[in-house]
Order: sequence, then structure tokens, then C-alpha cells
Amino acid sequence: MPDVQSMVAEFVNKLRKRKIEGSQATAKCTVELLRSVISHQRVPHANQAAALIDAVKAVGQQLVAANPVELAVGNVVRRVLHIIREEDLSLTTAAMAGLDLLDASDDDDIDNCKGIGYPAMSAAVVAAAARSTLRPPSLQTLLEGTPESATVPYTSSSGADSESKSKSADKSSLTRKLKHDVIEGVNQLIHEISGCHEQIAEQAIEHIHQNEVILTLGSSRTVLEFLCAAKEKKRSFRVFVAEGAPRYQGHLLAKELVARGLQTTVITDSAVFAMISRVNMVIIGAHAVMANGGVIGPVGVNMAALAAKKHAVPFVVLAGSHKLCPLYPHNPEVLLNELRSPSELLDFGEFSDCLDFGAGSGSLQVVNPTFDYVPPNLVSLFITDTGGHNPSYMYRLIADYYSADDLVM
Amino acid sequence: MDTRRGALAVPKVRRVGFFTPTEPPPESSQRPNRSQSGPVEATTSSSPLSDSPSGNLISPVLIPPSRHHSDNLTSHAAAPVPVPGPAAFRRYLAHDRSLHIGSYNAPDSLLGTSPPSSNGEFSEDSVSLFGFQRSDSTKLSASFPNGGFDLTLAVRAPQEPETKIATASASEGKKKIAEVSGKSESVTTKPQKEKEPKSLKDKTTKAERRAIQEAQRAAKGEGKRHADESGKANPGMAAKKPQPKKERPPVTSSVSEKTAVAVEKEKRMDVPQTQMQYDDKSRVDKAKRRAVVEQTEIKNKVELFLHLPQYERGNQLPNLSSSFFTLDTIHHAVYKVGLQHLAGDISGDNARCIAMLQAFQEAIKDYTTPPMKDLTMDLTTKINGYVSFLIECRPLSMSMGNAIRFLKNQIRKLPVNLSEPEAKASLCSDIGRFIDEKIILADKVIVQHAVTKIRDGEVLLTYGFSCVVEMILLYAHEIGKKFRIVIVDARPNLEGQKLLRRLVTRGLDCTYTHINAISYIMREATRVFLGASSIFSNGTLYSKVGTACVAMVANAFSVPVIVCCEAYKFHERVLLDSICSNELGDPDAVANIPSFITKAKQSKMMDNNKNLQFLNLMYDSTPSEYISMIVSDYGMIPPTSIPVIVREYRRENLLL
Repeated sequence: MPDVQSMVAEFVNKLRKRKIEGSQATAKCTVELLRSVISHQRVPHANQAAALIDAVKAVGQQLVAANPVELAVGNVVRRVLHIIREEDLSLTTAAMAGLDLLDASDDDDIDNCKGIGYPAMSAAVVAAAARSTLRPPSLQTLLEGTPESATVPYTSSSGADSESKSKSADKSSLTRKLKHDVIEGVNQLIHEISGCHEQIAEQAIEHIHQNEVILTLGSSRTVLEFLCAAKEKKRSFRVFVAEGAPRYQGHLLAKELVARGLQTTVITDSAVFAMISRVNMVIIGAHAVMANGGVIGPVGVNMAALAAKKHAVPFVVLAGSHKLCPLYPHNPEVLLNELRSPSELLDFGEFSDCLDFGAGSGSLQVVNPTFDYVPPNLVSLFITDTGGHNPSYMYRLIADYYSADDLVM
Repeated sequence: MDTRRGALAVPKVRRVGFFTPTEPPPESSQRPNRSQSGPVEATTSSSPLSDSPSGNLISPVLIPPSRHHSDNLTSHAAAPVPVPGPAAFRRYLAHDRSLHIGSYNAPDSLLGTSPPSSNGEFSEDSVSLFGFQRSDSTKLSASFPNGGFDLTLAVRAPQEPETKIATASASEGKKKIAEVSGKSESVTTKPQKEKEPKSLKDKTTKAERRAIQEAQRAAKGEGKRHADESGKANPGMAAKKPQPKKERPPVTSSVSEKTAVAVEKEKRMDVPQTQMQYDDKSRVDKAKRRAVVEQTEIKNKVELFLHLPQYERGNQLPNLSSSFFTLDTIHHAVYKVGLQHLAGDISGDNARCIAMLQAFQEAIKDYTTPPMKDLTMDLTTKINGYVSFLIECRPLSMSMGNAIRFLKNQIRKLPVNLSEPEAKASLCSDIGRFIDEKIILADKVIVQHAVTKIRDGEVLLTYGFSCVVEMILLYAHEIGKKFRIVIVDARPNLEGQKLLRRLVTRGLDCTYTHINAISYIMREATRVFLGASSIFSNGTLYSKVGTACVAMVANAFSVPVIVCCEAYKFHERVLLDSICSNELGDPDAVANIPSFITKAKQSKMMDNNKNLQFLNLMYDSTPSEYISMIVSDYGMIPPTSIPVIVREYRRENLLL
């Protein structure tokens, strides 16, 4: 499939060069790419889920390596993997239900439980094995006595293929069914990603009241839609936008807001602390939400969060579900950050006249980070497309979207 | 003022530092703690300056870092410390001053010739620094609240003061006090002895001198016109505040009531004035009618800041420049400074303050009293006119307000018998001394203090551009400390680039970033050095916008925040937020973003949209809890000590 390969290479290039901005755009591109990967993937008769997962994982690893800071890519890859596993499970259970309980020598059993090797298995064992593909390894599954099935990865299942070839007619329909279902699920994911704004914006009316003063920072389409949704419901309020130097995305957001008729005031970033005492709520769009409830957002967010905490102003983070990252951050300010070009701060060559390179004394570094990390204790509320959540609940919410096997890719 | 200050209980400890042991007055039972001043005086008496009553007193609020400091100085003795020059200059000043003031300046002469004490350069420095502030003991007593208390009693009950005013030292004190009491009595009767006040001046407290002055003025008035006229004029003059828009009701003119009125007035002077609120229509209109600068109000105002002036920028400057030669009400030097403020050519509080004072100096030099007018009154109105012109150009900073207050006080207490050239020379030298001592020398003292807080291998973070911080960093580099500097900058002024350029040129290791990245860079920093525009008496730091953010993040990362601020910037007002009192800059500066952001090009249509406003705040206030330490010319103090400094030294600031 040279077609898919070139598509992947192109996308990897784009990610590397940071051509795609915004986690939503990235997520959408990623999931579309994965869809074509899945549809082009030739699936063997047996163990089709494993093949799909392998293919997606291989592509996903490339994508994540291309831009490790853009967590949305990893999130989406994990989501797709999760969809494949889920579809596989539902097919398994469906097949199990359709099969005679006595005729237990189904290929799917072998697929899933090839380590055991006995064709005849009780339905309970099959179900347990199937469950284990979805559930994270827990004490219960370990104690249930099917250790092999729970942990053996799909990649080692090639040996089972020869045994299952005899029933190819039956398999082909199943294969097509699985692929079809997976693509259906991926389409749903695309729909969800593109529709998350509306879902979040629908909740705006519950959070914004009349005459409210809202501070926001950076440019986020989610925030824009959120505020506009409240405006459409005839709530009148005032928005302060921090300009977000050196990228000045606040100016973009302010223009959009003004175009939609909101009363907007652009302030400098340095005035955030001065103005926060008159602000009722800080609303920001996240770049990514970590499993501990910490937020990675545009640079300057931590400052605003600290100021909001100091003045007891609610700090609300809007995040679509594709931004929920199942990883726990370690030193996110540095490891999940990116330094941009110094020329955004100082013009090229501006200080070359006063730097004496020969003397070896005197140096000039310019630091221009892209992201900021807000620890969970500074966040008051997350608003996702499934509703509002506490920072301490995020780990559970995230567990719904991803399977534990995929956390490490 | 004096009654109010006197009424407040003063902790006993503070009493100690200022008082020389005097023979306990008969009424000492009223104030038994007076005798406590003895032991402390004894501890200091071993120093060579001990015979001067005030020269070597250690300020009770000063936290002298002399230990570090002398270490520092001895270890880096070869470093070019610019202190000796100014010290010599100060000596000259002291003499100069003694010429003006006249009698009884033993401490002055001692100071001038005293060899440096064992502490080395700094102690000499500090002593002479405080020396000029207490060059005579009565000034000192005036600065002490109880002196004021005594005085009011003296004014009200002229029979008693001989015992109450016991602050003047030595035996001759009594004689002088007797004179004083005679004086204050004479206020109500008739003017007398024109030659005395000169020698008396240092023996009397401020309100007394004032009373004397007024009496003399009244006498003069009798000579020329009716006494009532001058009586009316005097309160009007005195009511003129640093903020000239303040109007006072005319006060009664009877000569006998005048002393009481004077005391009352001074009391009111003490209460910080309310600032002009620009949402008060009638007053704004009134101010506009008097205005020299035609300011057009901005169309799209920010509602939250209606109480601050929001003018359009850039259109007044051509007008003003063209009328440079036609305008005769404003002195050209003041005019120039005003234009420079307006155009933003001078920025930074110290620079603005110095420029303003120098302009006033020139204006005073060129000033001639119109016939039939009093120099004190006429010059005060002139200065008021200049000040309101400057305010129109750009709102004054707090420190400039303090400087103006100093100047007006200086004018007001000019001895009446001074001839015009003498008075002008005295005022000019006063202004020069203010600049030298309160700003330039203060900075040097601050540098000496702050450098002790820089250790090798540290990463110092600073925000924007502060000339004191720059001096500290350069000096620390000069004396061989190894450290790295993080300069945090913010739009729209980008003052940090100026600092960066100067530091990099001098070969310091710098890291430059913008304020949004503060939480990224703060993990590297070990100390934060900040400049200040003013510090209020509740410890709130009023400084250029963004300082609060830096201090807050530093606090969150447990990095100590050191604020460097000259004491003349301390202000007795209080402030809680950044909204009530602030200055708005040019909104277009925020609206215009650098050209390299091509996709965010501004469209003209957007600028005129009613819903879109740009807010360019100039200052913000940092809560005192974020400040670890304030380095001032009075030493290194916690923010809670600001009200103490303001209370204790305000008299001095005024009397300087």
C-alpha cells in the first residue's frame, strides 16, 4: 500500500515541521489518516483485530515520534486502538452467543486463547478471555486462572492462523464485519471530534450569567464557541482577552469575538494580575489534559491560574475528549513543552552588535516556550463534551476512553 | 498635623534613637520614659562622633547590614566604588547648608571633618547620610512626633512650653526655648525682631516656625496694606496642594486665629489627598477650562477605568510644540519636560522626577517676583501652574508628588527676610540636594545593601527596566560576583530590551524572555530583583504593570523577591488593587503588534468597532505578602516597616 505509506510520510512531515496548529486539527487529521490505514490494511482471515492493531500501532508510533508534544496524536491513536478492541470484543461475544455452546471449537476462541491450545473451552473461559482484552489487568483477572490469555499479545498469534484456515468462508464475512465496524467507529470518533465544540458550547448557558466578566487567554476555538453560545442566549457579558505575546493569538480571538458582537477588551499579558480582581471567571481552552487533572495550555496560563487562585476566581478549562491524555505527567513544564523561535522576541541580529563573541564573556539566551502546565489544584472545573468534571475525576473519565494495554505504545 | 501625630502613641523604643539625654524637665513624670534615652546614647558614645548630639544616632528602624557590608568592602576594596565623591559633596553640602541656616551646627562641622569610623567606608557613608538629615538637633526633634506634640501645646498654651519643649540639647536649649515661647506668644500680639528667626530657625519646630513666619508676614502686610488681606491670602496659599485641583474654602482671617488655623491646616496637609476622579463631570470640566494641553478624550473608553483620564494620544504633541514660543505662562524648561513626558522620551520614575526638578530649578532661577507680590505665594502659584501642566502631559507618579511636596514646603518655609536672589539660590540648592541625596545617593546606598544579597552562582531574575536594579547588577558584576541574569520583559514597552542591551554590552550572562514564560523560567531563578514606582504604607508595591505577576509566580516557586526602592518613593496612601489608582497608556500601543505576525494584521475597521477596546495599564499593585524584602536607603526592611518609615521620616523628607 504505497498510497497509505506516502500519506503517512506526508503527515509525519507536517507534524515534524509543526505545520498543523491546534490539537483539534491535528486530532482530526490523525484520525482520518488512521481510517485510511485501517481501510487499506489487508486483514488475514484469522486474528484480524490483531493485524489492525499492529498496523495502527506502527503508524501511531511514527506520528507520536514526529511530534511528541502534540498529545492529541497519541490520544487519537489510542482511541482508535480502543475502538478496534471494543469491536473485536463485541464480535466475539456476538459470535459466542450465536454459536452452540457445545461446539466450542470456534476460531475466535483460538484467536483469543491460543496459548491454551485446547479447542474445547467453556464459554465462561472465552468470555473471561474476551473481557481481559478490554479490562486492565487486575487482581481478579490474575486470580481467575487464565493468566496466558489475559497477557499474551496478539502478535504471537501467527501460529494459530494455519489451524483456522479451513473455515475461511465463515471467516471472510467476519473479517469484513470487523473492519466495517471499526471504520464505523472511527467515523463516529471523527464526528465526535468535530462536534465537540457544539457539545461544550451547549453547556455555556449553565456557567455564564448576566453581566459577567470573563478573562480568557490564547486563541481557542472551543472558547470562542463557548462564549458565543452564551451570547446567543441573550446573555450580555464582557470578555477580557490577554493578548498572548509573542504569538498574539489573543488578538485573533478578540477579533472573532468582536465580529460576533461580544464586548471585548484586549489587555496585555502583564495586566492579568491587575485585572483578575475584577474578573468573575477565567475560561481557557486546553492544549491537553493529563490524567492527574493537570492542564497543558498556551504559555502564560499558569500565571493566570495562580492569579485566579489568589483572588478565588474560578478557573475553568474547556477540553474536547480528544484532549484527554491517559498519561501522568512528569516534569511537564519541560518535557511536554517546546521552545519556539527566538525571533519572535528579538529580531534576528538585533543584539549581535553588543555581543562580543571573542571575549567569551557575556552571553544571551532567549527562551520562548510554547506551553505552560497548570497543576490540578489550580483548576476549578473541566468542561468536556460529556459535561463538567472535577480535576480529581479526570483519571476515571479517561479510563473510559482508552484501554490499559495501549497506554504505552 | 502635630496634634494628630502627637495624639498617637509612639512606641518607647523609637523615642530612644532620636533623643539626646537632656536634663529631665520638672514635668518628666508626665513622660517618664524620656529618661530611657540615656542607655542607648551611652552605647553609642564611644564613637568619635559621640559629642555631636545627633550625628551618630542609629535609626531605630534601620536594619544596618554593616557586617556584610564591611566584609564586602574590605574584600573588594580595590573595586571602584563611587561613594567617596558624593560623600565629599555631601560634606560640602553640609557646610553650604550651615551657611544658610546659620547658628548651631556643631554636628555639621563634626560630620564634615570627622575621620571615617572603624566600620569603614559604609559606616561613614551612612552616618553622613543620616547626618545631613539630622544636621541639627532641632530638625530632628521636629521629626519626632513628640516634638510636634509639645509644640501644639506650646501654641495653645504659651505659658507651658518652656518645660514641654525639652528636645533641644545642652544648656543653651532652655534659653532658646524661652525665645521660642516668646515667639509663639508674639504671634498673637505683634511682629518683632526680624533678625532673630535665622538663628532661631533650628531651634523651633516646624509649626512654630510657621507661626513665626505668618506673624512676620502679617507684620509685613501691616506695613504695606491691611493686615486682613494678607491674612486671607495666606491660607489660600497654604491650601495649595501638590495637586492643584484641590480647592479649599477660605479660612477666617483674624490674626489671632491664624496659629490655630495653621496647625489645623498642617494637620490636613498630612491627610493624603484624594486623586482627581475623571468620572466626576463638573471637576473634569473645570480642569479642562484651565488646561493648557488640549486633550481629546478617547471615544471607546474602558468602562472599568472611567475614573482615569483616557485621552487620545499623538495629536497634542504637534500643537504643543508649535506653541512652544508663544506660551509664556509655562517656563520653557518645564514646557520641555512636559513635552518629553508626553512623548515618552523620558520614562522611569527617577528620570522623570529628576527632569522635573531640574526644570523647576531653572524656572526658579529665571523667576522674578512681580511687584506688589510675595515671593512665597507667587512662586507657589507658579509651581502649581507648572505641576498642573505636567499632570496634563502625563499623570504624575507618586514619587514626583513627593518631590513637589518637598519643593512647596521648601518655598513655604523660606525665611521672609531673605532677599530674592538669596531665596532663589536657597531653593535651587535645596532642589539640587534633593536630587543628589534622595535619589542619586539613595541609589548608591541601595546598591551597597543589595549587593550583599547576591552570591556566586545565583540566577537573578528581574522584570522590565529599573535603573537601580541595573546599577546593582553592574556593580555586582564589577566586584567580581559570578551570576546569571534572567530579564523578563513585557509588551508594549519592552523596556527589558534596554536593560538587556546594557548588560550584554558589559559582558553579563543574560537570558531574555517574556512575561508569559515566567513560570517556565522561574524554576531557574534564585532571586528576584524588582524596581518600584512607589510603595504605599500598607506595604503594597506600586510598580510597572507585570511586577505583580512576577512577584506572584516567584512566591509560588518560593523564590525570594527583593524590591529596590528609594525612600522618597514611599507614600502614605494605601492601595488594595490596581484599578482604583492607575495610569492608562496609549491603547494603540497594545493594538499594534509586531509586523512579523502576518496573519494577525490589524484592520482599520476593527479599531473603530465599539465593542473592541484595548487597555494599556501602566502600573499594578503587588500585595505585600509577595515581597520578601525592601532595600531602601534606610536599610533592608520588610514591607510591614513602610508605614513606620513613612511616619518617622516624613518630617525629614519635608524638612530636608
